[in-house]
This record gives sequence, structure tokens and C-alpha cells, in this order.
Amino acid sequence: MLWNVRLPRVVLALLVGASLGCAGALMQGVFGNPLAEPGVIGISAGAAVGAVAAIGLGLSFLGNWTITACAFVAGLVTVSAVYLLSRNGGKTEVVTLILTGIAVNAFAGALIGLFVFFADSGQVNQITFWQLGSLAQATWPKVLAVLPCAVAGLLVAPFYARRLDLLSLGERPARHLGVDVERLRLALILVVALLTAAAVAVAGVITFVGLLVPHLLRMANGPGHRFLVPGSALAGAVVLVAGDLAARTLAQPAELPLGVLTALIGSPFFFWLLRRTRRKQGGWA
Amino acid sequence: MTRTTAATTRTTTRTTTLTRPPTPTRTPTGPLTRLFTRGRRTVPSRPAPGAALAEAVDLHVRLGQHEVLAGIRLTARAGEVLALVGPNGAGKSTLLGALAADLPATSGEVRVDGRPVGDWSAPDLALRRSVLPQSAALSFPFPVEDVVRMGRAPWAGTPFADADEEAVATAMAAAEVTAFAARPFSALSGGERARVALARVLAQRAPLLLLDEPTAALDLRHQELVLRICRERAAAGDAVVVVLHDLGLAAAYADRAAVLHGGRIAADGPPAEVFEDALLSRVYRQPVEVLPHPRTGAPLVVPVRTPDGAPNHAPNHAPNHTSAHTSDGPGIPDVTPI
Repeated sequence: MLWNVRLPRVVLALLVGASLGCAGALMQGVFGNPLAEPGVIGISAGAAVGAVAAIGLGLSFLGNWTITACAFVAGLVTVSAVYLLSRNGGKTEVVTLILTGIAVNAFAGALIGLFVFFADSGQVNQITFWQLGSLAQATWPKVLAVLPCAVAGLLVAPFYARRLDLLSLGERPARHLGVDVERLRLALILVVALLTAAAVAVAGVITFVGLLVPHLLRMANGPGHRFLVPGSALAGAVVLVAGDLAARTLAQPAELPLGVLTALIGSPFFFWLLRRTRRKQGGWA
Repeated sequence: MTRTTAATTRTTTRTTTLTRPPTPTRTPTGPLTRLFTRGRRTVPSRPAPGAALAEAVDLHVRLGQHEVLAGIRLTARAGEVLALVGPNGAGKSTLLGALAADLPATSGEVRVDGRPVGDWSAPDLALRRSVLPQSAALSFPFPVEDVVRMGRAPWAGTPFADADEEAVATAMAAAEVTAFAARPFSALSGGERARVALARVLAQRAPLLLLDEPTAALDLRHQELVLRICRERAAAGDAVVVVLHDLGLAAAYADRAAVLHGGRIAADGPPAEVFEDALLSRVYRQPVEVLPHPRTGAPLVVPVRTPDGAPNHAPNHAPNHTSAHTSDGPGIPDVTPI
């Protein structure tokens, strides 16, 4: 019981939390915008389309890794699209980013709806449960299915920390300081897609962890990415283990979906963040 | 006189800091480079005095449909402060951007340290030139000292990284930002941010400095400070290219001034020769007069002003006779305009 039910769940929570926290920190750095987050701007939803497609179409060409692989490809397409659509002159305005997120989320939602519509009832159950975001179905094979993606992303991410610091000066100044900005951007988009896919493939869409965690760390210890990137991974892991514990115990014997819980806590925080950003900028226009 | 002494002390301190661990070998002909295995970067040696560190050769740059630079030929030499002046939209910033490798040449060529800019990798270029952008932005609230330390990033992994702390401290002291080293960049005023950005550029210690309007946001004291720093860097053997709006500053501090007008260089030479009434009045479409400073003799550039503040429309070359009226009594013209 402990080995086969509890432990894979804890390991999965650690992996998913670390991936989401780290992906959030990286994305905020790449977009040069503290409001970027895989869930908010639609990367998670995009990855979810890939995963749902794999379930709905009954794909299994890569065995256990099929859902993760599909989530990765779809996530990669989405993050590239959002990046291209929301940037202008090397910067991403908050409004553009959020609006792009709305559009991407809506489109991804429509695609997921289509798959649900054409799926049989067994698949529908699987999809809806997974859509709420949960770790309840954790098993060792699931851990194995996302482990390579998550570990690869987490190991590579810290190497970009220094360059992310420089990128916060803007693209041109970063280039003046020797950063190959195009390559950095490409590499980080790949890493973000890897991490998001790892999280989404097993746990569904769990929002706001990637937003909340880097923010709190930045407030506590400054914005340096050499601390922020690994720190967000660690703190994300801790937050998600705690969140999963809460989801399991708060409404016992029933279990709250983890994604619902993080959204309940994360949305007000996001709202506060939006207000604060607007106040600082003196409006959006 | 004071200028020379400051420059000499500066030279000595720089040499000691820069030629520490592996003394870069020098050859009489041009800059010799030394290979460091890590990152395939070539660390430049100190440039020989007068060496061409940046050159634009028949440079054309087109932005959209508009040809912003049309046939620029310009050289920035080691040991020299070169001021780029000219009216808004003349192409000063575009020229600086092209020299910085931010903007591609439509035709012609830009060379940095003897090679076409496109041939340098970003890390290599960062060892050779530093760039101060027109406005300093930062996505996250890094403390000032961290921002300045970012200027040292190009040297990571080279023996010169040992000088990081000293370079950061020296640059912060020079730009007078040491007092707020620990404050977040986002909490600073515009002028303070501009000086922090300058300190970052100074900490980079590249032999070619490209500064886009470094004095725009600064008060009188710091405008002078920034240009004194430019002089010191030039005296220490660097090439400084600086975009300026204040012709007085350019006249006082630049070895050479290039006047841009409509994407071309209208004049290029020592300020005392280049800044003359007719040329400046034509280029700026504003009558100006150039007077020698009563004490130092340095050229002062003053717009011709009428006492009641009415605009004086004489776009083409009225200044010669206008100045004949006004130059007798400073500020009190003997003819009342209608």
C-alpha cells in the first residue's frame, strides 16, 4: 500500500511541482514579464490537447510514453505560437500576453471539447478527471512516463540562469553582453515545453504554481536566476506535495481535485498581481 | 592640463588591472589576439593608439521603406572621443546601432576591431565593444550592484574575471552610483538609472564604447561627469563614440565631431573646425552662432534668440549677418526685430 499508492503519488507530486515551478521561473525570464506562467498563457492547455488527443484517439505508438510525447509536441507548438504572437520589438506587453493566453486557452478548450465529444464514455471519464488536475491516479509506470522529460528539463534549466539575468536588461543589451539571444530563446522554449509536458501528461492542468512560487521567491530573495530557477523547482515540489496532502485530507473521505485547489488559491493572487502591475505602470495602454 | 593628469593616472591603473595573469602579447602591427580555450573566445589585447576600432564603410541602412543611413564613412579610433551630433531623425542612433551590430547594413560594411561585425560571435563582440542604450530598462527589480556586475558577464571564464569586483567598484564610483548600490533598480529616478546603465557599460571594460545619448536624463553635474569619463577612457586608449544633443558638450569634450544630416555625414572633424554658424544653422534649421568662450576660447554654440522669444525663421543661411548684430553685446541685440 505504502510503496504502491502513497510513494508514487509523493514522487509524482515532487516531479510535477518542480517542473511547474521551474517552468514558471524560466518563462517569466524569457518573456521578461513576471505574469508569464504555463497555465495563464495557455501552454498547459496546449499540452493538454496533445494528451487528450492521445487518450481520445487511443494512441499508443510509444507505449507508456505516448501521452507525455504527445503533450510535449503540442506544448512545444503552443509555446512557440504564444511566443511569436505576443512579442513585439523584443518585449512582451502584459495585455498582449494575457489576451494571447485567453485566445490560446479558448482554442485549446475547443479542441479538448471536440475530443471529448467524439470519445466513448470510458475515455470521457478519463479525460474529465484528468482535466481537473489530480495526482490521484499516480502509479510507478506514470512516474516513469514523465521522469525523463522532467529530469532533463530540471537538469538543463540552471545552466541558463546567468543568461536569463542578462536577458532582463532587454534583448539588445543582453546581446551586447555576449548572449546569443536567438539560441537562448530556442533552448528555453524547448525546456519549458519539456517541463510543462511532464507536468500536464500525468497531472492534467494545474495552474498558478508556476506563477506563485517564483514570485514569492523573488520577493524573499531577489530576482537573480541562479537562485530563482533551482529555488522555484524545489519550492514548487514542496508546494505541490503540501497541496496534494491538503487535497486528500481537507474534504475526507472525498478528495478535492488538486487543480481546483491551486486555482482557488492562485487566482486571487494573480488578481492582486495584475492590480499591482497596473498600478506600477499607471494603466495598460 | 587637469585633463591630462587625470588621464595619465587612469592609464596606469588600467594597465595594471588589465595585464594581470596572462600578459597579452603585443606585436607592433595592430591588435594581436590571444586564444582562451573556454567558449572559443579570443580575448583582445589593448588596442594600439589610433587603431581603428570601429569603421563604417559606405554604410547604408534601410529601416522599412526609409533609407536612414545613406553612404556613411566613419572611423572610431583608439584614444579618441567621437561625438555624433545632428538634428532628430538624422540617423545618429541608427549609426550607433549599426556600429553595435544591432542593425544590419543594407549595403556597405561595418568593421569592429578589423573584422566585419557579422563575423564576430556575440561573446567575442562583447569583449570588444560595450553599448549604452538610449533608455535603460529592467524586467525584474535587481539591485543596482547586480546590474553593474552584469557588465562583467563577457569576461566570465577568462583570467580577467579576477578583476570583476574591482571593475564593478571602480565603475560604480566613476558613475557616482555607489551610494545606492543596494537599492533595486526599479526604485531609482531616470537620471540615476541612466548612471547605473553607464556604470554597467564601464564595468564591461571593452576597448570600444558606444554611448547613445548618455547625458539625456542627467543634471548639469552628471552631464559633465559622464563626458569627463569619456575623456578618461579615451586617454586610457579606448575609442568612445557618443551621441550628443548638446553641442556645447560635444565642443568641449570631443576630439572629433561628425555632424549627421539626413542620413549622411555633413561634416567630420575637430569641433572647433566643424561647428560653424552656416553649417549648423542649415543642418538644424535654426539660426545658431558659434562664439569663442571668453576665457578658454572653446567654441560655444548658441541659438540665435530674439528678445521677445519670437521664433527666428532663417532656415538657410541668415546666421552670418544675424550674428553680426548680436555678437557685439551678449544678450542685448542692438536691433529690435519686428
